[in-house]
Amino acid sequence: MTTVLEIEHLTKEFQRDDVATVALRDFSLTIERGTFVTVLGRSGCGKSTMLNLLSGLSKPTSGRVLHNGDAHTGPTPEIGYLTQSDTLMPWRTVLRNVEMPLEIAGRDKTDRTRVARDLISRVGLDGFADSYPRELSGGMRRRASLARMLAYGAETILMDEPFGALDAQLRTELQGELLRLWSQTGQTIIFVTHDIDEALLLGDRVVVLGPLGTVLLDQEIDIPRPRDPDRTTVDSRFIELHLELANALKEGARQ
Amino acid sequence: MTAAHTIPMTNTTSSPAASGPVKEARKRTWWGKNGHQATVWMLRVALFLAFLVVWYVASLIVPNPMFISDPIAVWDQLVEWIVDGTIVFHTWITVQEVALGYVIGVLTGAVAGFILASIHLIYSVFEPFMMALYSIPKVALAPLFIVWFGIGIDMKIILAAVSVFFLVFLNTAAGVREVERGLIDAVRLMGGTKRDVAFKVVLPASMAGLLTGLKVSIPYALIGAVIGELVASNRGLGYLINDSASQFNTAGVFAAVAVLTVLAMLLNGVVALISARTGRWKPIGDA
Ligand SMILES: Nc1ncnc2c1ncn2[C@@H]1O[C@H](COP(=O)(O)OP(=O)(O)O)[C@@H](O)[C@H]1O
Ligand SMILES: [Mg+2]
Repeated sequence: MTTVLEIEHLTKEFQRDDVATVALRDFSLTIERGTFVTVLGRSGCGKSTMLNLLSGLSKPTSGRVLHNGDAHTGPTPEIGYLTQSDTLMPWRTVLRNVEMPLEIAGRDKTDRTRVARDLISRVGLDGFADSYPRELSGGMRRRASLARMLAYGAETILMDEPFGALDAQLRTELQGELLRLWSQTGQTIIFVTHDIDEALLLGDRVVVLGPLGTVLLDQEIDIPRPRDPDRTTVDSRFIELHLELANALKEGARQ
Repeated sequence: MTAAHTIPMTNTTSSPAASGPVKEARKRTWWGKNGHQATVWMLRVALFLAFLVVWYVASLIVPNPMFISDPIAVWDQLVEWIVDGTIVFHTWITVQEVALGYVIGVLTGAVAGFILASIHLIYSVFEPFMMALYSIPKVALAPLFIVWFGIGIDMKIILAAVSVFFLVFLNTAAGVREVERGLIDAVRLMGGTKRDVAFKVVLPASMAGLLTGLKVSIPYALIGAVIGELVASNRGLGYLINDSASQFNTAGVFAAVAVLTVLAMLLNGVVALISARTGRWKPIGDA
């Protein structure tokens, strides 16, 4: 397997007056192409900070990120990033939001409308292409954001607690859809969550983070695919792993 | 949008709308829809008539017509001016000053606000100066403008434009500076350039601020123009007020003020129209 992302000794500090908040200290990780890696950690442990650095949106205080062997200098459409909060343009319809990355890439009008409509249908938003974000429920906005991110055609995808604010029913539904989409495309996904079950259900590998982004556990998930949000969660191996991860999180809290 | 409007959509069981709200037709009677508005308007007319009556009674009590004149004398003066064309002539002058001043102020204010606020360093440098200039009463600039532009129509246009400029500038700049960071980052993630950020995010996002500026500055265009006319002129509604006052024609002053009031109400009507449009968060030309 080839390495797509190499994270080397990343440290991120936020300086304010004479105090520096250290959000991430000496964090290293290697991600293989085509894998679905879930990153599990309690809130405030630096997950979003890590993804901001991986996406190139923010610059590390020290350390570096290699993407396909090249050091990162800024955001690139080769890495898709679904941020924790919604960032759909409120003045654009769903269709025009999804078209936006294609517009920036300079694709022509008919082409981008065709691609966007296809993506909107793949995330289950048929019939809402002409709605504005404020007219959609939270779950539908997430789907639209997902469609927009898929429109870049990025090979590496970062997702920051994408289903965190949704009701349990909808979350299960979207988890299923994400797995289905991923099985068709085989992209590399780094998926951040604070939910143990979600981490186990989706990932090939779970990385458990403690304070300041210390890696508490790096565990392969040997549960066969296809997985199903309703059935896999009662599998005995799943329950075993759940306890293991829960323990690791507890250990981390005690340190 | 009428209550009978429904959105057609295919409702499969897996559709995300399955657990959402539905829209249904509900007819309302004319009075149900307009009753409140009709009541408000009737009360407004009644209030205006009551004002005229009180004014008339007061004019009988106050002996000197120089103080408050009376509604009938004002009406006669108005009719006389309408017939001989005085009103149309002076109103047209004022309207021209207001319109030109407004357009110039809006264009310069919007462009300057957008550009300066887009560049953080420049905005930080300019802001205190802009705030200071904004805060001084514009009438203080009138003597200067008379020296530069004379007492013709130009000076009133500039005075109106300056009043409008600062309001549009500050509101546009606030709109630009309040653009959500996340939206800008979204475009950067798509590989967008600074130009993409400016035209696809900052410009449409700052439209709300610009429209607020357009709205609040309309009355100030009128104020600027009329102040200019009051300070020095030989035409316009401000001049008509001054001229009547200098001849001790109080009915003339009131008549001119009445015309000015109507003009202000019409401009406020335009403001209300703009508000109605901006109230809805609609796409505003970001093609
Ligand atoms: N812009 C910032 N300025 C100052 N501190 C920050 C900033 N962003 C994050 N932090 C701090 O870094 C820590 C990690 O934050 P974050 O990465 O958002 O955590 P998570 O996503 O795991 O909940 C938090 O303690 C937070 O207070
Ligand atoms: Mg976070």
